[in-house]
Parts: sequence; structure tokens; C-alpha cells
Amino acid sequence: MLLIRCPYCEAERPELEFTYAGEAHIARPADPSKLNDDEWKTHLFIRSNPRGTHFERWRHQHGCGRFFNAVRDTVSDKFAMTYKAGLPRPTETELEKARS
Amino acid sequence: MTRFSFSSLLSNALTGNKNWELQWPDAQPKAEYDVVIVGAGGHGLGAAYYLAKEHGITNVAIIEKGWLGGGNTGRNTTIIRSNYLYDESAMLYEHAMKLWEGLSQELNYNVMFSQRGVMMLAHSVHDTQSFKRHIYSNRLNGIDNEWLTPEQAKEYCPPINIAKDARYPVVGAALQRRGGVARHDAVAWGYARGAAARGVDIIQNCPVTAIRRDASGKVIGVDTPRGFIKAKRVAVSAAGGTSVVMDTAGVRLPLESFPLQALVSEPVKPIFPCVVMSNSVHAYISQSDKGELVIGSGTDQYVSYSQRGGLPLIEHTVAAICEVFPIFTRMRMLRKWAGIVDVTPDRSPIIGKTPVPGLYVNCGWGTGGFKATPGSAHVFAHTIARDEPHPVNAPFTLERFTTGRLIDEAAAAAVAH
Repeated sequence: MLLIRCPYCEAERPELEFTYAGEAHIARPADPSKLNDDEWKTHLFIRSNPRGTHFERWRHQHGCGRFFNAVRDTVSDKFAMTYKAGLPRPTETELEKARS
Repeated sequence: MTRFSFSSLLSNALTGNKNWELQWPDAQPKAEYDVVIVGAGGHGLGAAYYLAKEHGITNVAIIEKGWLGGGNTGRNTTIIRSNYLYDESAMLYEHAMKLWEGLSQELNYNVMFSQRGVMMLAHSVHDTQSFKRHIYSNRLNGIDNEWLTPEQAKEYCPPINIAKDARYPVVGAALQRRGGVARHDAVAWGYARGAAARGVDIIQNCPVTAIRRDASGKVIGVDTPRGFIKAKRVAVSAAGGTSVVMDTAGVRLPLESFPLQALVSEPVKPIFPCVVMSNSVHAYISQSDKGELVIGSGTDQYVSYSQRGGLPLIEHTVAAICEVFPIFTRMRMLRKWAGIVDVTPDRSPIIGKTPVPGLYVNCGWGTGGFKATPGSAHVFAHTIARDEPHPVNAPFTLERFTTGRLIDEAAAAAVAH
């Protein structure tokens, strides 16, 4: 069972309260009509799927109901940190600090 | 290599089974190959076998990070069926089913293919309509699938609870009688033995760290801890690890890797005669020849390479099994594990060429790759040997995500793969 910290409720809660919502920081194109088919494919379907640090969205479905972002290692499933939606992607230094 | 036969079994039995030869040697990499296949699961081993047997290409190496058949080939729940909705998928899985039906003879190796029937339970009006649509679609494609009443379902599989006051009452079932199970390890071993006998090198405990390309972009070989291995063609068949391997060649695929869990109970005497799946309650179950109940359901919700998965999903799965089969409520579970499955956005596989010359990929099988093993391997070998897809895998290109010609099997089919 994963323990996930909701940055809004400021509390650790079991995985069962949350739903996963895919990779984070994928912005919808500013001018969609300018994109060709290949760029649309990349936007819609291509994900980083890394073996290691993954930036992802979760929703505290059975809690505050809000979406937030998390950084998790996909090999150990260990969370480095969670942060509120809309905040920029944490830098490597911030991640190092959160992991220690 | 000695063929297995009654006389070979008898003579080896009389000499105390001390003189069996190695079924395949643990090969050391040569400097150069015509084809290097990344990943020694059923699909990769099978592709090597068909390359050697049907296309005469024997200077082939299969390079495996761990041990042969130790990934999803050894971790799945061994269910085989071909009752897919769309024509493209039906052709692909039926191609595999036809090969399954002769596979033990073909390989001279008993893969214990048992056509005990795969039954899908309907619990609602929606299930009924969806399954009947499948049945008619399957029949038009020449694939057997039939509708059963609850009583007929109970007759075919007595442990099912068809009480009308159950939380999820059984209102009918779709049965594919030609579906069933096979011994997953034996499939890998049979293909490995057949491929090795035709000169294919099987190199284990040797991860491919990068796919190397020359200045023109063409593939020239792979890097491994045992050195660079030159190859004219590289074919990736690495399931959950495909994204990571293909990234090193600069090819990004529409894949995400998820853990798919399964569990087995303590072994008991034969009680469960077929495979039963319930998509609404969300679990599937069969009994192995060892006597264990083999149980599975869907993937965990988050991307992971952990090969473990979370316990909440197991609890959900077991709850579903107890709901449909109250007889198993006191059964004790022995082991659970996970395999990492690579899932595409339309839940259909990608088998074919890539934008890189000389690089081929067979991936995206998601939660349903085992059943397709012989068919997938057969058409992948064709694609590698001829540099063009077999008619069966022609629709399963990488380009479909750009053109929009998706094969949206999951959304329209409402089936657990």
C-alpha cells in the first residue's frame, strides 16, 4: 500500500483514497490548429514512461477531491515529494533535498 | 538434437534419465549477427524460431537481460482465446489460436495446450448486449463463440454461483470452447529448444544498454556489458522494458508500463474445469495442472517497473472471486507477483517497422500478450525477414497513432485482456 501525502490536506493517506491521473506537466498546445498530425500524436499519446523519476498527477478522490502533482521513483515506487497543481516542476536540487 | 518420442523416453528411463542432452546451450555472443532480438520471452524466442525455420535466417542472437522466459512469459495467467471484436484483432488472435492448436507437434515439445473453454460471465443488460455483439462478430470472422443461459453455464462450470439474489447475478455467459490454457514456461522452452537446434544463439543475463545507429541513422548493433554486438537488424520484443530500450535508439513510443498482478492458491484436487472471466466483477480464474487456482484481474493504476504491485488490487480481485465463487472463500492463497506490461493508448499491440531503418518492434501487448505468442512471433519474424509486415499485422503499425486509424479494442470491447 502506497502512502501518499496530499499537499492540500497536508496529511499522509493510504493509496485507496487516491486515483492516479497520468503524467504531469503536459500542457495543451497554445494554438491547437497550428499542430500537424505528428505533433498531435506526440501531445496525445507519447509519454516519458521512465525507469526512475516520474512526475505524475494524482487526485485525492475520497478526500478533498483535488488534483495535485507527485514525484515518484517507478522502480522503488517511493515518493520523493508531492506539490500543488500549477506549481512548476521541482528542480533537481529541490528533489535531492526532498529525498534526504 | 534428439527428438522426443516414446522410444527416446523409454531408453532414457531405462538408463536412469542420466543421458539427456542440454536442450539449449548458454551461448556467448559472437561479434556479428544478421538479426539481434532483444528479449527472450515467448514472443522473442518464437520470432527467432520462425526466422530460422521459415525464412532461413539462422545467424540470429536473442539477448536477454535476465533469464529466458522470466518476464511476462513466466508471470501471466496462461489464458488463450481469440474472441476479439474487431476484424484486425480477431485475425491476429485467431492466427495465434490456429498455431496453438498444432504447436506441441510443431515444436516436438509438449506445451500442454488444453482447450478447456473460456467463459465470460454476463451480469447485466449491458454485458449481455456487448457479449452477443462479440459472438456475432466472432462468428462472421469464423471464430467460435456461443451464448449460454445461466443454467448452461453452471452445467459447463459447476462451481459458479448462479443464485438470482447474488450481488452480481449471472444472467448468461459467452463461451469460446476452443479457448483454454497452456503451460507458459513450456512455450518459452519449446521455442528456445527449436531455435537453438537451428543455430540461434540464446544469450542470457546480458542487458542491452543501448541500440547503436550510424551517421545515416541505420541500426548497426547493440551495446551490452559483454561488449558491442554488431547486427544488420535489431528487433525489440522487450514488453514492459520496451520504452527504455527504444529510447536509446531515439524512438519514442506511445507506451506506458504498468504492473499486472496475479496470484495462486494452495494446490487442491481438480475442481475447476475451465477458464472463467467476469469483467463486471473484475477477475478471472482457472486451475493449473498442479492444482493451484490461478487468479488475476486488471493492472495497478500507476506507471511502475517494480514487478510487485500493490495489495489493494489483490484484495479487490479476491473479493470479486469470492462473490462469484462462494465455494472459494476459505481457500488460502500462496503467492502473488506482478509482471510489467506495456500498454498502448488503444490497447492494441504495435508490431512492425519503426522510423529507424533496420529496427523493428513488437510491443504494446498490454495485459493480453501470452495468448498471441505463436501468432505474434510468426508475423514478427515475417516482418523482420521481408522488411514488410505480414497481412495479419499490417494494421498494427506505429503510424496509426499519427493517422488516427486506431484499433480501439479496449473501449469498444469491454473485455479484460
